[in-house]
Amino acid sequence: MLRYIVRRLLQLIPTLFGLSILLFAWLHSLPGGPEAALLDVRATDAKRAEVRAMLGLDEPLWVQYGRFMKRLARFDLGDSFSTGTPVLEEFGRRFPATVELTVVAMIFAIGAGIPLGYLAARRHGRLFDGLTVTGSLLGICIPIFFLGFILKAIFAVKLGWFPSLGRQDVDVNATRVTEFYVLDGILTQEWDASLNALWHLILPAVALASIPFAIIVRMTRASVLEVLGEDYVRTAEAKGLRENTVRGRHVLRNAMLPVVTSIGLLTGGLLSGAVLTETVFVYGGIGSFLAQAISARDYPVLMGFIMIIAVLYVLINLAVDLSYSVLDPRVRVR
Amino acid sequence: MSTKTDRIDRLAELTARKDEGGHGLWYEAFRRLRRNPLAIVGGAIILLFVLIAILAPLLAPYEPGAQTWLNQIKGAAGFIPGPRAENWLGVDGLGRDELSRIIIGSRQSLLVGVVATLLGFSVGALLGGFSGAFLGMFGKPGRWVDSILMRFNDMALAVPSLLLAISVATILGQGMVTVMIAVGVTQVPVFARLLRGSMLAQSHSDYVLASTALGVRKRRIVLNHILPNSMSPVLVQATLSLATAIIEAAGLSFLGLGGADASNPEWGVMLADSQQYLATNLRLAVYPAVAIIITALGFTLLGESMREALDPKLRK
Repeated sequence: MLRYIVRRLLQLIPTLFGLSILLFAWLHSLPGGPEAALLDVRATDAKRAEVRAMLGLDEPLWVQYGRFMKRLARFDLGDSFSTGTPVLEEFGRRFPATVELTVVAMIFAIGAGIPLGYLAARRHGRLFDGLTVTGSLLGICIPIFFLGFILKAIFAVKLGWFPSLGRQDVDVNATRVTEFYVLDGILTQEWDASLNALWHLILPAVALASIPFAIIVRMTRASVLEVLGEDYVRTAEAKGLRENTVRGRHVLRNAMLPVVTSIGLLTGGLLSGAVLTETVFVYGGIGSFLAQAISARDYPVLMGFIMIIAVLYVLINLAVDLSYSVLDPRVRVR
Repeated sequence: MSTKTDRIDRLAELTARKDEGGHGLWYEAFRRLRRNPLAIVGGAIILLFVLIAILAPLLAPYEPGAQTWLNQIKGAAGFIPGPRAENWLGVDGLGRDELSRIIIGSRQSLLVGVVATLLGFSVGALLGGFSGAFLGMFGKPGRWVDSILMRFNDMALAVPSLLLAISVATILGQGMVTVMIAVGVTQVPVFARLLRGSMLAQSHSDYVLASTALGVRKRRIVLNHILPNSMSPVLVQATLSLATAIIEAAGLSFLGLGGADASNPEWGVMLADSQQYLATNLRLAVYPAVAIIITALGFTLLGESMREALDPKLRK
């Protein structure tokens, strides 16, 4: 097991190295440069050249790449072109927002998706099953920003139950410890700050949860249906085991394997930022920041953020693979 | 080819394709598909929208770009004429007939879905097929090629797809072609991974073992047996991705990459344009959104039914 983990982590190094070269080449081949975003349209060519030189963009690409790698070895990702702050600091400020949104969205998706999928499978072919399947298909087909609009129009504007934008009300007096707003409130015992942040999370999380929810429902349903037909379930029932035991230990546990995989991959996807949801709810996560960074050609931010996201992606995949061996003793990782 | 190898091939094919019923995989799948009401509904929706798209110029009551009713829009009060006998779905913010724009818009929207999916499918399947074929045919060097190709693929999967799309847009500028290419590019690694995985799974099946035992050449096994039998999950994915492509295209338009072409409306752009009227005229967002949702639902229903029909585990 340990050897497997170490090997997977070592494989990460060449992958990241390759990714850094590809990313670097790709970003620098985009037309235009950061000076266009930093300067006025009427700026002279000399001024543009001066800014490029200041940012170190006048040197050959391989020199720039070498400098990037040298800094990376010291875990320094450079400073953002547009804000001037270190990229790591920017990441530390925005990523917690994305994590909070992802966690709440996944809690909604899993909490509703697995029970509904399970019940639909138990009532296979009946009305409840049909409704659940149709509902989950609709969840995939609704453009997420449209769902965001509708939620906002109904629950924020018309009913006023939830705030329509941001992470926290401005007038809330909150002490920042970790930049996880909900966690900060708990740590400093400022319960109202925590609650306020949680309140801001509900609508964007519901919008963001729609697609993972739909996928989890269908995965659970299909998987439970398959397991219900297995011989060992019939055997367990024939042995006279209590229904709850059969459900929990035989059916659900075995059915969870593919569901856990998709939950892992979905979480990885959400962590890379939800540009659309963040834009609709003016929520300051990494998605919208990355989208801005690409139009401003903020190379350090793009390189740094995408590399960190890639590492997370690989780590989540690893966690998913490891969870197999916990859920299913037949799977032994080598 | 000698007659002997042909005979062996046919034998291998028989092992692979015929089930107890005596009919081929696709025949059986189609039969099951026909009996599934969800598939019928999905197919009917798609057929309807394709017909609308083809006949659009005949169906649309007005010119989609003509701002005929501009003078009836009262800017300050935010009044825009709603549904009435003259305009069944009302008028949009620039005084154009909404129904005509929805009808004509079906052309661009379907086109975006089809072109993006075709792009993702062809490039992705080529990559995945290469990878899988090398893996199956060339032993150790084949494994090398496969693992290099797949590492690149994993990297492409790790980059957030919307960023990939936005960067395509920065190269090509705004417009529908950009959206098509951007959406298609993000589908490439998905198709590649799927076909390669499916080929890998097929290579362990009994008919491959049988063909190997009969002395059929590796190249023939991979290209004539494994590859065609691996296509079904890829085709299912292609159907499903027609839906996601239309939805993703709408997302890109929302972010302002769709560009605006008055005489050539597209649902995603219409939905994005409706943002400014959200507070006063929600219906302008609802019409294109419903059109997108129904079309996507059609493709999703058909795709899901295809998946069920082709899944050997669910066969009765």
